[in-house]
Amino acid sequence: MRTENQKFKSVSTENVKPPAVNIGLIGWIRTNLFSSWFNSILTVITVYILWKTIPPFVQWAFIDSLWFSTGAECHEAGGACWSVVLKNFRFILFGFYPHDQQWRPLLAMGMLIGLLFFSRNRNHWNIYLAYSWMLGLLLMGFLMKGGILGLVPVESIQWGGLPLTLILSVFGLTAAYPLGVMLALGRQSRLPIIRSLCIVYIELIRGVPLISLLFMSSVVFPLFFPEGVTFNKIIRAQIAIILFTAAYIAEVVRGGLQAMDRGQYEAAESIGLNYYQTMRLVILPQALKIVIPPSVSILISAFKDTSLVVIIALYDLLKTTQSTLTNPEWMGFSAEAYLFIAIIYFICCFFMSNYSRRLERELNRSNR
Amino acid sequence: MTGKQNSKISGKVSFWNDPAKRSILYQLEALLLIGLLGYYLFSNITHNLERQSIATGFGFLQKEASFEIGESLISYSAADRYARALWVGILNTLLVSFIGIILTVILGTVIGVSRLSKNWLVSHLAAVYIEVLQDIPVLLQLFFWYAFFYEILPSPKQALNPVGGIFLCNRGLSFVIPVFHSAHIYMAIAFGIACLAVAFLRRWSRQRHEKTGVPFPLFRVSLALLIGFPLLTWWLSGAPTQMDVPELIGFNFQGGANISPEFTALLLGLVLYTSAFVAEVVRAGIQSVSHGQTEAAMALGLTPSHILKLVILPQALRVIIPPLTSQMLNLTKNSSLAVAIGYPDFVSVAGTTINQTGQAIEGVAMIMIVYLFFSLLTSAFMNWYNKRIALVER
Repeated sequence: MRTENQKFKSVSTENVKPPAVNIGLIGWIRTNLFSSWFNSILTVITVYILWKTIPPFVQWAFIDSLWFSTGAECHEAGGACWSVVLKNFRFILFGFYPHDQQWRPLLAMGMLIGLLFFSRNRNHWNIYLAYSWMLGLLLMGFLMKGGILGLVPVESIQWGGLPLTLILSVFGLTAAYPLGVMLALGRQSRLPIIRSLCIVYIELIRGVPLISLLFMSSVVFPLFFPEGVTFNKIIRAQIAIILFTAAYIAEVVRGGLQAMDRGQYEAAESIGLNYYQTMRLVILPQALKIVIPPSVSILISAFKDTSLVVIIALYDLLKTTQSTLTNPEWMGFSAEAYLFIAIIYFICCFFMSNYSRRLERELNRSNR
Repeated sequence: MTGKQNSKISGKVSFWNDPAKRSILYQLEALLLIGLLGYYLFSNITHNLERQSIATGFGFLQKEASFEIGESLISYSAADRYARALWVGILNTLLVSFIGIILTVILGTVIGVSRLSKNWLVSHLAAVYIEVLQDIPVLLQLFFWYAFFYEILPSPKQALNPVGGIFLCNRGLSFVIPVFHSAHIYMAIAFGIACLAVAFLRRWSRQRHEKTGVPFPLFRVSLALLIGFPLLTWWLSGAPTQMDVPELIGFNFQGGANISPEFTALLLGLVLYTSAFVAEVVRAGIQSVSHGQTEAAMALGLTPSHILKLVILPQALRVIIPPLTSQMLNLTKNSSLAVAIGYPDFVSVAGTTINQTGQAIEGVAMIMIVYLFFSLLTSAFMNWYNKRIALVER
């Protein structure tokens, strides 16, 4: 008895460890998976469902899968047929772009991704970045179109695949931005006619699905122009996407304008700036900075929404995949092909949305 | 200020420096520009239509449609008029949106709550679901589910039978329904009466609660009324239990209720995609109510169910409802993608109409007007709701 007591005293509190069931792996499992009877049931059910779904999926996607076979071999095997993607890789990515010229869209995409990565850093946000974007987009256009510097001209009707998806969304957002800012300013304007025109435009576009505008671009736009003047389908779809995106940008920019402190307007007026100077020098530089995170969200939805051009038969990433699947050799492997492009879309959107969230946090912190 | 002083001194401001006159000038200019653009487009359109000898106006609505529609809520045949065909399309759009919205709200709430679960596995699975399904275009998801039905699911002979009475195959989803009996009509009437009774009960219990402070177990009693009364009617009118079970006859299922693969794929794609967004809305709404509110309610001695009903939900719903409504509208607008997988929604029927009559302008205008009507309806609801919750606020 006494020995036990002595032992008890000799242990200093610093060396007392919490019970083994509260720390380490067991502790973690207890607090996170089995904290109550309800949670325990949930965990058991979830683990059971995962056990029933994940191993068969791994079996199908990796163990039984074929990667470099012909379509006929795939039809006999039971696993996933990734050959449908690998054998048609270049068509899915580039569409009908001439085979020996496909380095050009690849280079253009590389430039675009490089520009996007360069723009991530907030220290690079200045007027030169805007110029380099303009220059970059122009260069990409020339690179795709050709016809100068000895590049073989490629009609834009032959563009397709991932470059088309990227061009429609990134170029659409860039071109829609000035229009959107103008609409937002118009909506905040004191002039009643201009304000109501802008409100009608914004609410009209936001009220209808993009597909109705794409329909309009494919069947109504040709009627708008005098005889002999025609635009090809891609440009018409691009115009529809620009008109559509501009309305959403206008609403985002309006949010930024409304977040501006009243004092900013008053200060600008008191030093004698007129409306345009106030907007250009004081309000817009601050408002546009606030709305960069939601603008990235608009880019994400524009990127996803461009897949709708499938419906008016443009060969974007989704359409090239679909037409690969109409080939009798590769018929029936939709799941594999769609999973592949889903991964492409997911990676792009995931990075953009993560970036947007991080930026929002950073801007919030620096504003405080 | 300076303007006023100047005007006092000189008595008159030059036309160009008077902001009021200048603003009128700007607006006239804007109107003129838009008018000119409109005139230019209009003259081109009339010229082009004449050249291609396309009719104008909505006269075509009264002509024979002469195309079949796969599924319809009202009787329709190819001999019917375009107007009826378009009406079928609108009803189909409303049907898929209505069912889609209900399922989306349920699934989205479950996932949004799971995201906040203390269970690590459940909350991370919910996070993965939200992240993955938000980032894949909804059209791609629709194509995937459509292919799932036509390529992966077996033919009716080997139909999947997960639960008794439900058959899943490449011809769609077949499930068992009760054979029609007059008792079902009485049940529907009983349900209506129960609803009315609940409404009165609600008013009475609230008045009594306010007067005497005696609470009334409204929820349980209403639930019992809503379920029990129709059940009682069913039992009284002979308790018919005959079921119409789908049976494999020849190459397809006969009997029971059948939902086409197009409809199921569309519903599945829309619900899974939109519920990821709804889950985020629900999560943000619940997180917007600070924990101090729960603690304060506990300190007052409220029961957990009262805390949820009287403290958390009213505050969370105020944050949740507006973005939730816009997600519902998004689902309705996205249901127009049905055209890509061949479900005859409004856009799809209007597209066929455009192809047959060549009257593109009228067709696109109709599509826009119908969806504008939906979104104006939604924003009217939002305004009404915002006013209502503004009254609650003091």
